[in-house]
Amino acid sequence: MKRSTKIGVGAVALAAIAVVGALTVRANDASADDAADNTVKTADAAPLDPAAVARGHQLAVAGDCAACHTAPGGKPYAGGHELQTPFGTIVSTNITPDRDTGIGNWTERDFFKAVRHGQAPEHMLYPAMPYTAYVQITDRDMHDLWAYFRSIAPAKASGKETSLPFPFNIRLAVSGWNLLFFDNRPFVQDNTKSAQWNQGHYLTDVLGHCGTCHTGKNVLGGDKSGTYLAGGTLQNWHAPDLTASPATGLAAWSQEDIVTYLRTGSNRHAVAAGPMAEAVEESTQRMTDAERQAIAGYLKSLPAHTTATQQPLAASDPAMVRGKVIFEASCSACHTATGQGIAGMATHLADNSAVRSDDPASLIHVVLDGARAARTQANPTGAGMPSYAWKLDDADVAAVLTYVRNSWGNAARPITSGDVADARRSLGARKAL
Amino acid sequence: MSGTKTREKADVVIVGLGWSGSLIAEELTRAGLNVVALERGKWRDTATDFPPAIDMDELRWATRRGMMQPQAVETVTFRNNSEQEALPVREWNCFQFGWNVGGAGTHWAGMTWRFNPWDFEVGSKVRQRYGQAETTPGLQLQDWGITYDELEPYYDRFEKIAGTSGTAGHLNGSIKPHGNPFEGSRSSEYPTPALKDTRWMGMFRETTTAMGYHPFTIPAGNISSEWTNPLGVRMGPCTYCGYCEMFGCGNWSKSSPQACVLPALTGRDNFTILAEAEVLHATLAEDGKTAKGVVFIDANGQRWEQPADIVIFTAYQIDNIRLLLLSKIGKPYDHKTGTGVVGRGYAYQTISGANLFFDDERFNPFIGAGALGVQIDDYNADNFDHAGLGFVGGAGIMAFSTNGRPIGMADSVPQGTPRWGAKWKQAYAKSYQTSATIFNQGTSFAHRDVFADLDPTYTDRHGQPLLRVTFDYNENDRRMAKYTMDKAVEIGKKAGASRIEPFNSAEGANTPYDQRSTHTTGGAVIGADPATSALNRYGQTWDVHNVFVVGASSFPNNGGYNPTATVGALALYCARGIIEKYLDTRGPLVEA
Repeated sequence: MKRSTKIGVGAVALAAIAVVGALTVRANDASADDAADNTVKTADAAPLDPAAVARGHQLAVAGDCAACHTAPGGKPYAGGHELQTPFGTIVSTNITPDRDTGIGNWTERDFFKAVRHGQAPEHMLYPAMPYTAYVQITDRDMHDLWAYFRSIAPAKASGKETSLPFPFNIRLAVSGWNLLFFDNRPFVQDNTKSAQWNQGHYLTDVLGHCGTCHTGKNVLGGDKSGTYLAGGTLQNWHAPDLTASPATGLAAWSQEDIVTYLRTGSNRHAVAAGPMAEAVEESTQRMTDAERQAIAGYLKSLPAHTTATQQPLAASDPAMVRGKVIFEASCSACHTATGQGIAGMATHLADNSAVRSDDPASLIHVVLDGARAARTQANPTGAGMPSYAWKLDDADVAAVLTYVRNSWGNAARPITSGDVADARRSLGARKAL
Repeated sequence: MSGTKTREKADVVIVGLGWSGSLIAEELTRAGLNVVALERGKWRDTATDFPPAIDMDELRWATRRGMMQPQAVETVTFRNNSEQEALPVREWNCFQFGWNVGGAGTHWAGMTWRFNPWDFEVGSKVRQRYGQAETTPGLQLQDWGITYDELEPYYDRFEKIAGTSGTAGHLNGSIKPHGNPFEGSRSSEYPTPALKDTRWMGMFRETTTAMGYHPFTIPAGNISSEWTNPLGVRMGPCTYCGYCEMFGCGNWSKSSPQACVLPALTGRDNFTILAEAEVLHATLAEDGKTAKGVVFIDANGQRWEQPADIVIFTAYQIDNIRLLLLSKIGKPYDHKTGTGVVGRGYAYQTISGANLFFDDERFNPFIGAGALGVQIDDYNADNFDHAGLGFVGGAGIMAFSTNGRPIGMADSVPQGTPRWGAKWKQAYAKSYQTSATIFNQGTSFAHRDVFADLDPTYTDRHGQPLLRVTFDYNENDRRMAKYTMDKAVEIGKKAGASRIEPFNSAEGANTPYDQRSTHTTGGAVIGADPATSALNRYGQTWDVHNVFVVGASSFPNNGGYNPTATVGALALYCARGIIEKYLDTRGPLVEA
C-alpha cells in the first residue's frame, strides 16, 4: 500500500472517530438538565409546594414508576424489583429520599439527568430505565416529579443490586448504545393537532413509555425502525399492535373501549394480564379520565402498521380438529364454546386482534404459565387463568391455540409444537403429565 | 421454638376465615377497623388450587376428602348418650372440617336457603298452635331472639354477595308463580335466574304439581349467569359439571369466600390474613369481663399472642363451641342439671327419603350442580297442620341432580345387587341412568340429652381436650322422618318408579360415619334469655362483651334446610351490630 493511501485511510478513520465521538457526545449531552438546581439535596428539609407535589404524584402514576421501583410486597419506591432482560437480571433502585440507599443526596439536577438521560451520579443507567422516553419530559413536569419524590417517606433499599455478566457489566458501554439508539431530543408539540392529541401523544410516548413494550426491539434492545407501537415481545410476552392494523391492531376498538380497558383492566375485547395488568393496576387505572381519553384518542389517530389479513385455516385441518376437541374440554367452561368469554374475567377470544398477533408469545405464555387478570378499583375480581403446562403437551397447546387463532372470525398463522417447546423451555414450565 | 411472641394489637381478631369471618371482615374493614384474620388451613385460590388448575380427581377430593382437615389436627369424639364412652371420629362424614382460607364455604355444594320464618320462633309458635300436644318430652324449643323479618335485609345482602340463583315465591308480600310460596317474604328477586331443570327435576316438578304440591327450583350458590356483586367482584355462569361439593369451583360460579368476598377484601391495607395459624383459645382480662386477644400457633410451631379489642370466633361450628369452652367463656352446659349454655342446643339434620329405580329412563346425571334440584316445602316447618301427628317440624322434599360422579354413585344400585363383579357392573350401568333419589332434609330440635362438652380423655396435638358430642335422634325426629318418607314414596309411585327403596336415617341410632347430612348446628346458640343461650341476637357472648361468635353453632334449632345463607345473614347482622352499636358503647348490646 502506498504511503499516501495509508494516510488517506488514517484520515478517514480519524474523521470517522471524530464524527462518532461528536455524535456520542451529542447522544449523551445532558445540558438540557442544567435547567435544574444543583445545590439542594432531595432529602434536605424544605417546605414543598403542595400543588407541585400533587401534580408530581399524578406524573409518577402516569410514568408508572412504581411498576419497577416498588418490589412485590416491598415499601413504595424502595426498589428491589427484578427485571428479567435478555442481558440478565436488572434490579431496580431505591428512589425514595433515603440518604444512604436512595436518592436523598441527589440534587434536582442529578434527578433530571438520571430520569431524562440515564446518567445517575454514580454511573450510567441501563436503558431498562426508560430515559429513552422520559428524555422528552418537560422541565416543569420534571420539577414537580422531584417535588413529589422529596415528599415521600424515605425507606432502606433491599441490598440487592444489578450484576449483569460481561460485557454488559461495563456501564460505560451504554454511552455507545445511546449513540445508536437514544434519540436525545425534547418533546415537540404538533401545533396542527389538538391539545388533547398532543397530551395523548405525550402520555403515550413520554410518561407512559408504551413503546418500551409495544414497539419492536432489535437484538441490542433498541427500537426497531418502522415498528412504532406495532407490537413488540419482551420477557415472553407479546405487547400487541396498538395501531389501526385491521387484523392485529386496535381497528375494532372504539376510543371508549380503550378508555374502559385502561380504567378497569378489561373491555368487551380483552382482559389485561401479565405486564399490562401491572401497568393498569399501578398506572392507567389511577390516571384521570381526561388522560385516558387523550391516550385513547391519540392511539386511534395512528395509521395502520399493516393492512395484511389472512384466511383462516379450514375447520378440517388436522390441527383445527384436534384443537377444537381440546378447546371444548379444557377452555370452553370460561371462554365458552364460541369464544365469547366472561365479561371482566375471561377474555373474549372471538374476533380478537391480540389473538391474531403474528407473534403468539402471550398466548403460549398464558396457556403454559397461567395468568392473573388486572385487579382494579373498578373490577377487583382478579380472575385467573390456570396453568395448563401439566395437562397439555406441546402439540396440544399448538393445536388448541391454532384453533383459537383460526375460529370465530380469527385468522392467523398456525402455531407449531416447536414454538411451544421453545416457550416451555424459556419459561421453565413443567412438562405435561 | 419456645416462648410466646406478641403481635401488634389489632382492632379486631377473627378466628376462622370462612363465610362468616370473611363477611364480617369485609364489613369491619370497610368501616375502617384494622382486622387480623387467623385461619388454620392453607391459602387456596381459584386459579391455582381448583380444577382445572388441578385434576378433577373424584377419588382424591371426594372419596378421600382431600380438602378436609386431617383428623390428626383435630377430630370430635362421639357417643349416642351419656352412658356411653365417646370415641374419636376417624373419617369425615357428618363432620366436615374445612382446611383452607374460605373454610367449608369452599367445598360446600351451594344450597342457599333462607330458613322459614317459623324456624326462628319455634318456641312461641308451637306453644301457640299446639300447646304441649305434639311435643316430645325433653325438646328444648325456644325462639332465636331475632325474627325472619329482622334478618331479611341481611339474607338479601348475603344473596347479592353470593350471586344466588333462584326464583322468588314470596316477593314483597305477594305470592309469585314458580317460586316457593312458603318462603318468608323477600325484599328482592334472586340475583341470578333459577338454574335449568334436568330430566329428573322435570319429572319431579310435573309429578308434584299434579299432586297439588308447589315445586320450585332450589336457590343455588351455583350461579346461572354472569354476576357482579355489591363488592364489585364478578362471577361466571355455572357449567353444570357436578364437581361442587368436596371441590373448589374453578369456574368462578360457586359462591364462596374466594369467589365473592376475598378479592375485594385482600386489597385493603387494614386487613391481614395469617393462614396456617391455629388458635388455641382466647385470653381473658383479670376480671374475666373482657378478652385481651387470642393465642395461636403458626406453621413453624411458634406460639403467638394476637391482642385485639374485639375477638370474633367464626370457626367451624364444632370449633366455635370448643373455643368458648377452652377460653372459659360462658357457663358450660351441665346435662345432669340441665343448666349452663355452652354446648347446649346441639342439633343435626333429620333425613329420610326414597331411592327410585325406573325401567326406561336416561337421566344423564353427569349434568349436575351442587345445589341443582327441585323441592316442595309443603311438608316443611309448620307449613301443614301437625294436629294428631305427634311431632313438630318437617322436611324439604327434594329431587336433586347434584352430580354423576362415578365413584360416589356406585352404590346407587337396587338392594340385593352383588357388591362387585359382572352382575354389579351390569346393574350399575343401568341404574346410573335410571335411578333417582327423593331426599327429605328435615328439621332437628335441641334436646335435653343432646349436647357438646370437652372430652375427659382425648386431646389434640397441643394437648387440648377434643370436643365430645353426645347425640341421638329422638321420637320427634323419628315420627317426622317416617311421615315425610311416606310422602316421598307416594311421589315416587306417581312418578312411575318401578322399584322404591325408602330410607329413614332416624330409625336407628345416629352414627357420624353415615353421611346423610353434614349440617351439625348449635352448641353456642343465640337467644333472648341468658339462661338458655350463650349469645345474644348479635352473637355477642352474654358474659364477655368483646367476644362475638358466629356460625351454624348459633342456631337454637336446625331448619329443614342447609345452613349457609342463615350463617351468612347472622354474620352480616353481627357486623352491623358491632359497627352501629358496639363501637360506641363497648358493652353488652342487649340487657341480660
